[in-house]
Amino acid sequence: MAEIAVSLWRGKADGNYQLYRVPQRDNQTVLDVVTWVQRNADPTLTYRFACRVGMCGSCAMTVNGRPRWTCRTHTAKVIKNGKLEIGPLANLPIIKDLACDLEPFFEKWQAAKGVFAPRLTRVDAIERIPPSTAPRLAADAAIECINCAVCYAACDTVRWNPDYLGPAALNRAWTLLNDVRDVGQRQRLQAVAAEGGCHACHSHQSCQQHCPNALNPTASIAGLKRHTMTAYLKGELE
Amino acid sequence: MNVRLYILQRGSAALMVPLVLLHLGVIFYASARGLSAADIFARTRGSLFWGSFYAAFVVAAATHAAIGVRSIAAEWTSLRGAALEVLMWSFGLLLAALGFIAVAAVVLA
Repeated sequence: MAEIAVSLWRGKADGNYQLYRVPQRDNQTVLDVVTWVQRNADPTLTYRFACRVGMCGSCAMTVNGRPRWTCRTHTAKVIKNGKLEIGPLANLPIIKDLACDLEPFFEKWQAAKGVFAPRLTRVDAIERIPPSTAPRLAADAAIECINCAVCYAACDTVRWNPDYLGPAALNRAWTLLNDVRDVGQRQRLQAVAAEGGCHACHSHQSCQQHCPNALNPTASIAGLKRHTMTAYLKGELE
Repeated sequence: MNVRLYILQRGSAALMVPLVLLHLGVIFYASARGLSAADIFARTRGSLFWGSFYAAFVVAAATHAAIGVRSIAAEWTSLRGAALEVLMWSFGLLLAALGFIAVAAVVLA
């Protein structure tokens, strides 16, 4: 049976890659490879996954230098010369092996006011939002984020500027900015217009290039730049 | 960078587009006509138009470059907060001073 030479990151930030030989199979995903190593070669290997079907955003890792969702990445697509190098996501603290600490990632969601601020309560009737309106179309185009942090790991600006909120948090802010039911827009615009907000983006478009759900956070960030600029010129922002 | 700096930097860039084009046109004109320094000074000295034109250029360039250097420093050095503001203002004022000295030399002398 053919084998893949799999290098897996072991340890924390000062760790190193260790080589494992994993049987190659048809329709095998990168997550299958990592799971095989844990079950058959080294049960101390640490990694994170949940749904295995591209819904939960838990299993993103760096595969041959690129951030990817491992459960939906077939090995046949990414093996180079019979080799796979699998490491933790970049731009995040390593907990151990392939598991990163996502706390900074989600703290930035909070900082970008990525939490829905409802106008109505649960006792009110559900508001009908026509799906064809321009704000809803803009929100829908960006809504399918699974919080996998692939864009955050791919972003040059995140690597250079630790204060930058990052593409996922800003994309989330953009979907809420286009949600007519939300009443937290002023605070949200203020948050994304501040230092480290949308204006730090260089539009390199790595987020768009790597997003497994084919979203375009760069376009969302461009939308935030337009909205914040208009709001500032109208005197609505400090 | 925040929204205020973003508007100032993009705005100064937009302002510089026509200024750069006219400046290049002046260079080509002066070269093609073989104008000497004396010929050029004869046209610029006491000229409100050229004084205003290059003064606007200096303000736009100093603004644009100072904000850009601030962004580069924020990404490539450990400077944060007030240190970034000091760097931005120092660099911008230095560029403005050098530029206005040059404008004065061409228009006033």
